[in-house]
Amino acid sequence: MASYKPVVVQSFPKLGEKITQDTLYWKNYKTPVQIKEFGAVNKIDFSPIPPHNYAVTASSRIHIYGRYSQEPIKTFSRFKDAAYCATYRDDGKLLVAGSEEGIVRLFDISGRAALRQFDGHTKAVHVVDFLSDKYRIFSGADDYTSKLWDIPSATEIVSYSEHTDYVRCGYTSKLNTDLFVTGSYDHTVKVFDARREKSVMTVEHGQPVESVLLFPSGGLLVSAGGRYVKVWDILKGGQLLVSLKNHHKTVTCLCLSSSGQRLLSGSLDRHVKVYSTTSYKVVHSFDFAASILSLALAPEDETIVVGMTNGVLNVRHRKHEESKERFPKKKRPAYRTFVKGRNYMPKQEDFFVSKPVRNHLKKYDKLLKSFQVSKALDAVLEVPNRSRTPEITVAVMQELNRRGTLKNALAGRDEKQLDVLLAFLIRYVVEPRFAPVLITVAEMIIDIYLPVVGQSAVIDKQFLKLQEIIEKEIDYQAELLEVLGMMDALFATMTRKKTTSLENKTNGI
Amino acid sequence: MVAQEALRVVRCGGSKLSGTRAAFSADAKSLFCASGDYVKVYSTATEECVHILQGHTNLVTGIQLNPQNHMQLYSCSLDGTIKLWDFTDGILIKTFVVGYKLFAFYTLAGSEDSVFIIIPKRNEEASDSFQLVSVKLPKIPDQEVEAKELSLILDDIGQSPKCTAFGREGEYVASVCGLHLLVYFFKKKKIHRFPLSATSSKGANNYFTCVACHPKEDCIASGHKDGKIRLWRNFNHKREYTFSTLHWHHDVVMDLAFSVEGTSLLSGGVESVLVQWRDGSDCKKEFLPRLGSTIEHIAASPNGTFFCTSHTDNKITIIHSNLRVSAIIQGLVKGTDVKTGLVVDPRTKALVLNGKPGHLQFYCLQTDKQLYNLDIVQQEYIHQIGLNQVDLVKAAFSARGSWLATVEQREDKETELELQMKLWSYDEQTQSFTLNTRINMPHESHVTALCFRDTDELEDVTPTLVTAGKDGRFKVWVLVNDSDAEKQSMGWSCDFVGSYHNYPANNCCFSEDGSLLAVSFEETVTVWDSDTWDLKCTFCHPPGRIRNLCFGRLSCSKYLLGTTSNGFLCCWNLLSCALFVFKPNEPRPLCIQRNICRGRVQWAVFIPREVPESVGSENHKWLSRSQLYFLTQTQDLMTFSTKSTEERLTPSSKQLAIEESLPVTPFYLLLGKHRNQQQSKENADLGTAVVPSHLAQHSPAIKELLHTPAHVLPSASFLCSIFINSLLIPKENKSAGEVADEVEMDSEKAEDESDEDIEVTEMEPDINPTEILGEITPKLSKSQEKELRKIRRMDYSWIAAL
Repeated sequence: MASYKPVVVQSFPKLGEKITQDTLYWKNYKTPVQIKEFGAVNKIDFSPIPPHNYAVTASSRIHIYGRYSQEPIKTFSRFKDAAYCATYRDDGKLLVAGSEEGIVRLFDISGRAALRQFDGHTKAVHVVDFLSDKYRIFSGADDYTSKLWDIPSATEIVSYSEHTDYVRCGYTSKLNTDLFVTGSYDHTVKVFDARREKSVMTVEHGQPVESVLLFPSGGLLVSAGGRYVKVWDILKGGQLLVSLKNHHKTVTCLCLSSSGQRLLSGSLDRHVKVYSTTSYKVVHSFDFAASILSLALAPEDETIVVGMTNGVLNVRHRKHEESKERFPKKKRPAYRTFVKGRNYMPKQEDFFVSKPVRNHLKKYDKLLKSFQVSKALDAVLEVPNRSRTPEITVAVMQELNRRGTLKNALAGRDEKQLDVLLAFLIRYVVEPRFAPVLITVAEMIIDIYLPVVGQSAVIDKQFLKLQEIIEKEIDYQAELLEVLGMMDALFATMTRKKTTSLENKTNGI
Repeated sequence: MVAQEALRVVRCGGSKLSGTRAAFSADAKSLFCASGDYVKVYSTATEECVHILQGHTNLVTGIQLNPQNHMQLYSCSLDGTIKLWDFTDGILIKTFVVGYKLFAFYTLAGSEDSVFIIIPKRNEEASDSFQLVSVKLPKIPDQEVEAKELSLILDDIGQSPKCTAFGREGEYVASVCGLHLLVYFFKKKKIHRFPLSATSSKGANNYFTCVACHPKEDCIASGHKDGKIRLWRNFNHKREYTFSTLHWHHDVVMDLAFSVEGTSLLSGGVESVLVQWRDGSDCKKEFLPRLGSTIEHIAASPNGTFFCTSHTDNKITIIHSNLRVSAIIQGLVKGTDVKTGLVVDPRTKALVLNGKPGHLQFYCLQTDKQLYNLDIVQQEYIHQIGLNQVDLVKAAFSARGSWLATVEQREDKETELELQMKLWSYDEQTQSFTLNTRINMPHESHVTALCFRDTDELEDVTPTLVTAGKDGRFKVWVLVNDSDAEKQSMGWSCDFVGSYHNYPANNCCFSEDGSLLAVSFEETVTVWDSDTWDLKCTFCHPPGRIRNLCFGRLSCSKYLLGTTSNGFLCCWNLLSCALFVFKPNEPRPLCIQRNICRGRVQWAVFIPREVPESVGSENHKWLSRSQLYFLTQTQDLMTFSTKSTEERLTPSSKQLAIEESLPVTPFYLLLGKHRNQQQSKENADLGTAVVPSHLAQHSPAIKELLHTPAHVLPSASFLCSIFINSLLIPKENKSAGEVADEVEMDSEKAEDESDEDIEVTEMEPDINPTEILGEITPKLSKSQEKELRKIRRMDYSWIAAL
């Protein structure tokens, strides 16, 4: 015959973001370390060679930080005014930086004074980078020009003045020694070849370009400006591949994860978004305390460093698993104890006696099966149940109500038991998913225990608390209704406008 | 021909099986139960219906085995007759006309010629007092016998057959009525009356509900309204009687039965738990819980291997004596209220409606059998009167039957409405529906209608469901892919919410191609584009609430039909937005059938036929593609048919069922093997020979000959010549070569054969009683008979040749 059907526990859809592999990966960082700099952090660059120190450009200084140090290992402070864009060379031995006064300086990591100075720009140089042949530097400045410099001779090789506004960002190709990209406030991104006099490609971003990026393959170009992040296919002659609008303020910096699978963008809206480079969907998002100006990821995504307008450097290190293995696992019976005899293949002459499968019932189900309603309610009000799985507690209450025995189960409780019950109510009665059931429960409790109110101080206190919470909730609901009314009014006006405009159109025709 | 094709209302199965106590045959291989006007014979092993004994013209109220002959069965009915049947072959042997309404029927092994019946005191319709009388069954060898020799035994007793029971070897009869237990001793001809007080201080309710007598001892068990069972002993003394009380049931004890040896007492009630009390003691009891619904009757088989319980949900459970369920015979479950209406499952063509509480039943109309129950609510059902249970209120299938949507609700006066919508997908592997999505509170208030968009599911269109609610909204639900990196999953979610001036939505309907959705709000019909969910137009003509809404199909797909609460059938042309009342091209109803049943027709549905039926009359063309089934207020399922009753009966392998249930003995194995071999050999050898024998089987004479039981037939030697003759192909006619003549002869011959058939059937009742009574009626000798027949045949062929 039909067996006992256990209580159906309602499952509610989890609100908020879904847990995916990405959220697990990007949440697996330790609590951030905050380092205060002297001014807004405009550039962070990781050294490509271990131990992956990073150079932070803020105000008129360049600080070099070690991986776990909170104090700078080294400081370059030979700038009269603000320094910009301190960038490592591929071998991690040289560092180049632009400055407000228009001079590009080249530093040795171990030295203090500049090895070379490249004069030529008339205005602030906001972007400098090494070409991938290591012997040339390109720079972009507010005088609308971008120049190429030869390191050994400290001379200018070529100067491009195609942009019609400040050149604020650039990127050099890692595959081609002659190729680099610049982005300008004139809304364009231009691709240059050092062997040519002119730019080889121009794409129209539409907003002042704040950051550009080339994919490791060199085929895709990412530009950020305004609220948009746009991806262009260079191989198709600069065709727009996708336009992402996930920030609500200007996007200031871009960065690729070390695997190349994820693209990160930081914005003035204080968020860092992580995109999948296959689907171009946001897979994760970080938020920070202030507007973000710069962003960098260490190799293997070991560290995320974010620089903000308020001069705070936010450093997050990846968690490692070693801490967990300190506690040995509790020893459990081996798998074979559970399958003992189960995998025996019956032989031809064996007589097979089938054993009915016993389905395991929870404690409350066992009690409900034998109609012990009060005990079943007690079982779900025990400590781990009521705090961890309130939905089960509520489901059992609902089942009791359906059976018409909820009142019996609630009645006849002593002070301690009633206290537990009231504490549960106070905690969950205003939760929308439990409210319909718990309001009934609360009403019943009040009906049952009304005659004994005043006999116990503990219970009286709980009752008062419950009353307070419910009053608060009623106020809250009233406020919400008001907001809803306002929104309705707004929507009503909007729709009316629409219809009138339609009418106008038809009249015009 | 036209007269034959008159449209008739036919009751199609699903009659109540649990109206009376079922009875077992002596070997417990078959089970008899009254089902409306019929007695059905089921095989206990296969759960198949083996025979339907038809003949009563009113409700059958009692069934008993003939104590003198275990192969015969008595049945009594409200039509005032007692019929004696041969149940192995399904033949009516004899009818006793009593002339009173018979409410119960008892036989005793001891008294050979008389049986006991319960009849109303005055033979009136509205009589409320009943009496137990004994009837002497006259031994006249007629098929229909008047039995008028009644003698009163007990007066003022309960009408129910459960309220009277015969004691050990028929020495006494016990009957309960109200607060009295009456015991009548046949030998002493004395009545003892044992009264109980109506209520006690403990709140007991002592009204008797049923009674049973111990088969071996002087002990009477009685059931009471408060769930108590009393065991009465020593009741042959008026004052020194004793009783002990057994109390487990919390509600009325519906029926009691002793096992054959009397070692255990079985009781059942509303709790739907069968309780077995061993040795009449309170502590030795065993339970068989969760039998599905209230137990109405309990019966024990004469050989002690089985019990059976009849339930209110039209079910008979056959239970092994060790309290294991061995078989379930399930009819059409009749709930208190069919809220889902009648729905057709497009996949199985089965009728789908509310079944057991919280279940959906799939009922096959062709075989009159329940296919399966789908548990929708999935909650433990508490059998208690007055409890507010979760009701299944709506169900809908998608066009191909791959999705099922159900809505269940629980309305409590204290708490608010609980609503849940469930969407089930059909699983090809398990061949059943599996729960896909559960939606809590799909609407703020009652869901009034739901329908799927009828799109061809091979096309790449997302399945769409629309629900309409009393909260003034209709919601569109679509299947969305909410799978993420880890697991693939499809779920339903709300896509659009529409409303019209906050009027409650009554109905919704998709057009055939799924491009338009019509939703009715009180008196207004709105039509929406199903691609953009834009309101296309509104119809608001007749005053009156819209009750039903339906789009036309095929050539009429431009029409939208609606019925209103004040009796209009409206039809809107969607192309011109014009309104018709009644049928668009021919404003005349096709068929009007009045007085089809007592009470209201609650639901009706067209069920497509698998094979289009040829309907001769132009008037009944609408019946050719599908059949209209309807459910009356008393929850009888009826249909319209143009065929006669005989044609409607489905051919079944009833004979086979009996044969298959034969025990496998070594002898059977030997013989059966041999027979099979022979048969296959014959078939292999004579491929052509099979055809004539096949033809011969179709001959009604041979059929009759083979299907009539041997003991009612004349001797084999007598029949032999006729049989052989009927198999012969007349050669002399062929040589004559006149086709017209041959045809004529054939028809004549057929008539001749049918004449013989009539002779044979008429002989049956004559011969049968003669055999029983052992008398010899004068008869022609075999040889004389043979001669006569030969002469007749010869004579006839001569005439034909001329």
